[in-house]
Amino acid sequence: MARQEKKKDVVIVGLGWTGSIIGMELAQEGLEIVALERGPEQNTVPTFKYPQMIDELKYGVRFGLMQKPRNSTLTIRRTQAETALPYRSLGSFLPGDGVGGAGTHWNGQNWRPQLPEYKLRSYVEERWGAGIIPENMTLMDYPFSYDEMEPFFDRFERVAGISGKAGNINGDIIEGGNPFEAPRSRDYPMPPMPHTWDGEKFLNTTKAMGYHPFPSPGGIASTSYVNEYGMQMGPCNHCGFCERYGCYQYSKSSPQTSILDALRRMPNFSYRTGAEALRVEMAADGKTATGVTYFDEAAQEEVFQPADLVILAAYSLHNAHLMLVSGIGQPYDAVTGEGVTGKNYAYQITGGYSLHFKDESFNPFVGSGANGITLDDFSISQIDFEREGFIGGAYWRAGQTNGQPIRSMSLPAGTPSWGAGWKEAVGEWYGHAMGISAHGSHMAYKTNYLDLDPTYKDRHGRPLMRMTFNWQPNELRMNAFMERKIGEVVEQMAPDLSNPSFKKDGAQYDVRPYQTTHNVGGTIMGENATEGPLNRYSQAWTQHNVFVMGAGNFVQNTQYNPTGLVGGLAYWTAHAIRTQYLSNPRPLV
Amino acid sequence: MKTFLRIVAGLVVLGVVALLAFIFVPVQTTKPTEDLADDWKPAEGQGEYVMYASDCAACHTGKDGDFAGGVAIDSPMGAIWASNITPDKETGIGNWTLDQFRAALYDGIDDEGAHLYPAMPYENFRKLSEQDVRALYDYFMNDVAPVHNEVQKTELSFPFNLRFGIRAWNWLALTGDAGFDPTQAADIQNRGQYLVEGPGHCAACHSPRTAFMTQDGTTAGDKNFLAGGEIDGWLAPTLRGEDSAPQKWSVEDTATYLATGRNNHSTANGEMGLVVEHSLQHLTDQDNLAIAAFLKGIDGADVTVPEDFASLADAPLALEEDAPDAVPTETEKMLSEATDLSEGARLYLDNCSACHFVTGNGAPQIFPSLAGNTLVTADQTEPLISIILHGADVPSTQKRPMHLVMQGYADRLSDQEIAELASFVRSGWGNDAAPVTAADVKAVRDAD
Repeated sequence: MARQEKKKDVVIVGLGWTGSIIGMELAQEGLEIVALERGPEQNTVPTFKYPQMIDELKYGVRFGLMQKPRNSTLTIRRTQAETALPYRSLGSFLPGDGVGGAGTHWNGQNWRPQLPEYKLRSYVEERWGAGIIPENMTLMDYPFSYDEMEPFFDRFERVAGISGKAGNINGDIIEGGNPFEAPRSRDYPMPPMPHTWDGEKFLNTTKAMGYHPFPSPGGIASTSYVNEYGMQMGPCNHCGFCERYGCYQYSKSSPQTSILDALRRMPNFSYRTGAEALRVEMAADGKTATGVTYFDEAAQEEVFQPADLVILAAYSLHNAHLMLVSGIGQPYDAVTGEGVTGKNYAYQITGGYSLHFKDESFNPFVGSGANGITLDDFSISQIDFEREGFIGGAYWRAGQTNGQPIRSMSLPAGTPSWGAGWKEAVGEWYGHAMGISAHGSHMAYKTNYLDLDPTYKDRHGRPLMRMTFNWQPNELRMNAFMERKIGEVVEQMAPDLSNPSFKKDGAQYDVRPYQTTHNVGGTIMGENATEGPLNRYSQAWTQHNVFVMGAGNFVQNTQYNPTGLVGGLAYWTAHAIRTQYLSNPRPLV
Repeated sequence: MKTFLRIVAGLVVLGVVALLAFIFVPVQTTKPTEDLADDWKPAEGQGEYVMYASDCAACHTGKDGDFAGGVAIDSPMGAIWASNITPDKETGIGNWTLDQFRAALYDGIDDEGAHLYPAMPYENFRKLSEQDVRALYDYFMNDVAPVHNEVQKTELSFPFNLRFGIRAWNWLALTGDAGFDPTQAADIQNRGQYLVEGPGHCAACHSPRTAFMTQDGTTAGDKNFLAGGEIDGWLAPTLRGEDSAPQKWSVEDTATYLATGRNNHSTANGEMGLVVEHSLQHLTDQDNLAIAAFLKGIDGADVTVPEDFASLADAPLALEEDAPDAVPTETEKMLSEATDLSEGARLYLDNCSACHFVTGNGAPQIFPSLAGNTLVTADQTEPLISIILHGADVPSTQKRPMHLVMQGYADRLSDQEIAELASFVRSGWGNDAAPVTAADVKAVRDAD
C-alpha cells in the first residue's frame, strides 16, 4: 500500500524548463502545487561550481548531469522486424537529470520555427499537392497558428533571456538579422553575442555568395539581464562549457537563472527531489486523473500524491512513457495506424564539414553553446520541395562552442586515433580547424514511433518504452543536398583540408554516437482525438485534467532546436489553464 | 589630620549613598513624545512595517522561532542573548505595558526597571515616533504568535555584568530628548532621516564608537554620524564624504541596493546582506528612495529623487566597458595582454575574471565591481579574505529573487595564493590598499 500525501491542487512531474514555467504561472493563481523531480537538487553554487564543473571527463564524456540508464532507459530498434534492446549506454541522445532538467545542460540555441512549419501539411499540399508527400510520412499541421503563438514565444524569450538580432519585426526586414524568420513583435531581449573568427570567416564568405548570414540567437547572456520575475543573468565569458555542463556563472539561460529562486519564494509551491513518477492514477470511470504515484528514493517506497490537476513536464520520452503506462490516450499501433499515444516520434538530422586551415588560429577555447553565425537560405521556407525531392530544410551554422580536448579535437580524416601519429596531428592542427554544420528538420513517419516493450521492465516493474526509429529517404536526400550546398561554401573558403560528415544514402540509425537530444513527438497535439493524444492546449483528450508539456507535443520536428517552441508552448498552455480551465475544468476543445 | 579623615569619611559616606542611590533609585523613563488618544489605533500593517524598518528579527529571531530570542550577539565582553519578544506571558513580553515597552525602546529599561544591554539600539529607537511605538506594541501584542522560550541569561565578564553600570553609560549615550527632529531640505529627505536615525538604527554599525563604546553620532548634525564603523570584523563603510557610496551612486542606485542587495556597482554581503534580507527589502520603494535621498543630501549635496525605481524594470543592462567612450585602465590592459603576469594577476585571471572581468567592474546587479569597492580596500582585510575563502551570498529578495552566490576558493587556493590574489585586487584598477599576507589568510582560515 503506497503512502499517501496530502492532496494538492496541482502535481507537476519534472522540474525542468516546462515544470518551472507551469509551476510559476499556476503558483501565481494561488494554487497549492507540488513538483516531483526524480533527480537531485541543483543550484549554480555549489552544483555547478568552478572549476569542478568544467571537468570534461566527468561531465562531457561520462555524462555527470545525465540520467543513468541503470535508473531509467528505453529499448530501441530501427524497424519492426528487429528486436529492440535496452539503451544501456548513453550515446545518441542525453536526457537530463535533476532540478533544472535538460535546461541546465543545453547549449542555449533558441529558435522560433519558420512560418511554413506550423501548417506544413497544408503548405505542401497548397504549393505542390499531396502527391509529393511520401506514402510513409505522417505529415501534419500544428493545431495552432504562428500568430496565436507569437506572444508566447516572445514571453519565453524574455523570461529565458535570449541574445540575438531580429531580422523581421512585424514584417519589416532588419539588415543583419535573419530575413527568413517568422515576423516577431519586437527584437530579442538582449543584443547578439559577439562571434568568433570561424563565424566571421563564414559570414564574409557566405555574404559574398549572396546569402544572408546573421548572428546565432541563444540563451547566452551578452549583457547583465533581469527578467519579469526579477531573475538574473550575468554576461558570458565565453569559456565554452555549455552543453553537458551547468553554467557556473549565471550566464546560460536555465530554470536556475530564469525562474527557480523566484518560484521558491512562492509559499504555495513546493517540490520534492528523488521523486520519480511511476504512473498517473485514474478515477474509476477513467475520465479524470486523481494524482500521481511516485517512488520516493529516500524512503524507498511508493507514494501517492493526489491532485486535481496533473501536469506531465518530464522529458518528452518520459512523458510518453508515463502516458503509455497510465493509459492516457490510445496507444499507437503501427500496423493498423490507429491509436495516438506514441505516434509521430521524430528526431533531427544533422551533418557538417570540418575545415582545416594551416595559417588560421581559431582559439577554440573561446566559445559558447550559441556562438556563431547562422544562415537560413536553405531553410524550410526557402526550399522548393518538389524540385529538390524532399520535404524539409536546415539552418547552417559556423561557430565554435568549445575547445575541449577530448571531444573537440578536430583532426584531418585519416589521422590515427591514438599514438605518435595522433599526437603529431594534434600538435599540427589543434586550433586550426573550424566547422560548418547543417541542422535539419525531421518529418514523422508511420514506422517511427514509441510503444511499450514486450520484454524489458524497469526496476519498478513497469515495461520499458520501446522506440522504433530509422532514417528515412526524405531526410537522407535532404542531408545529401545540404552536403552539396555547404560544399560550395567550403570550396570558396579554400581550407587546406576539409572533411564532410553527412549520413549516406541508406544510412541506418546508430544509437552510439551523440547526435542530438531533440527527441520529439510521441505525445503529439492534434485537431481531434484521432490525430494525437493532446488537443491544441496540450490537454489530454481522454482525461481533461491532464496536461502535457514539452517537445513530445510536436507533430513533427522543425528544422530548429526545440527549446523555443517548448517554451512557447509551455506559456501557451499555462495561459489556457489560467484563463479557460481553472474557472471551469473541462475539455477545452 | 582629623579634619582630613572626617572629610574622607564624609566623602566615602556620600559616595556610598550616591552609589546606593545609583543602584537602587528607580530610573526615570521617558514619557510619550506625542499625546495619542487611548483608543488610537495604528493603520493596518503599520506595526509590522515598523518591525521591518527596525529589523527586530535581526537579533530576536533565531532557531527558536520568530521573535523568540535566544540569539547570541557577540560582544567583546561576552555573548549577549537576545530576549524573547513574543507575547508569551511567562518568557516573552506578554505582560508588558505600553509604557514598559516604550521604556525598552527609548531608555533601555525592561519591565522590572533593569537596564538592557545596549546591544538593544535604544540610542536610535528613542527617535521612534509615538505612533510607531504604539503600532509596534500593538503588532507584538496582537500579531505575533507567543512562543514559550526561556532565553539563556546573559553573563558577561566583570565588571560588565553589573547592569547598573549601564546607567552611567546611558548618561554618555542618551544625549538629548527622545523624539525626532527633522532637519533636511525636503519632506522625502526628512522621511529618510527618520528611518535612518530611528528605526533603521544605521548608526549602530555605520557610526564610529567613542572610547566608551557609545555611538559617536546619532543624528544628522553630529560630525561623525555614519562616518564608518565596524561590526564583527567587517567594515561598516562610511556613508559620508565624496568617496562614499551614497555620494558616488545615484539616489536610485542606492535605493536599489537597499531594496534588493544589489545594484549596478555592488552587492550586499555579510551583515548588510542580512539587513537587506530581514529589513530593507520589506520597505516601500518610496522609503528606500527616501533613505537614499537623505544620505545623498546629508552634507548638502543636491538631491534628485526619481519617481520610482526605473532600474528595477526587467531589461538588459549594458556594461560600462561597452560604452563608446570607455578607456581601459592599466590593470585591464595588463590582464588582457596576459604576459609577464604577477602571481596575483594570474590567479585573478584564472579564478575571478570570468565574473568580475579584466575591467574589475563586474556586471550590473549581479557581479560586484572590485574597482573602488570599499570591502576590497578596507583596512579590515578579514571580510575580503573570508569571501575569497568561503564565498559570499546576496539574499533572495522580493524584487530580485535570485539567491546570488559567489563560490569560495578555500579548497583551491593556498594561503599564499589568496594573499597574492587579495593583494592584487587591493591594488588593481586604481585601488590603493596595503597588501595581505599569508599569515592574515591563515588566521581567517583557521578561525572558520
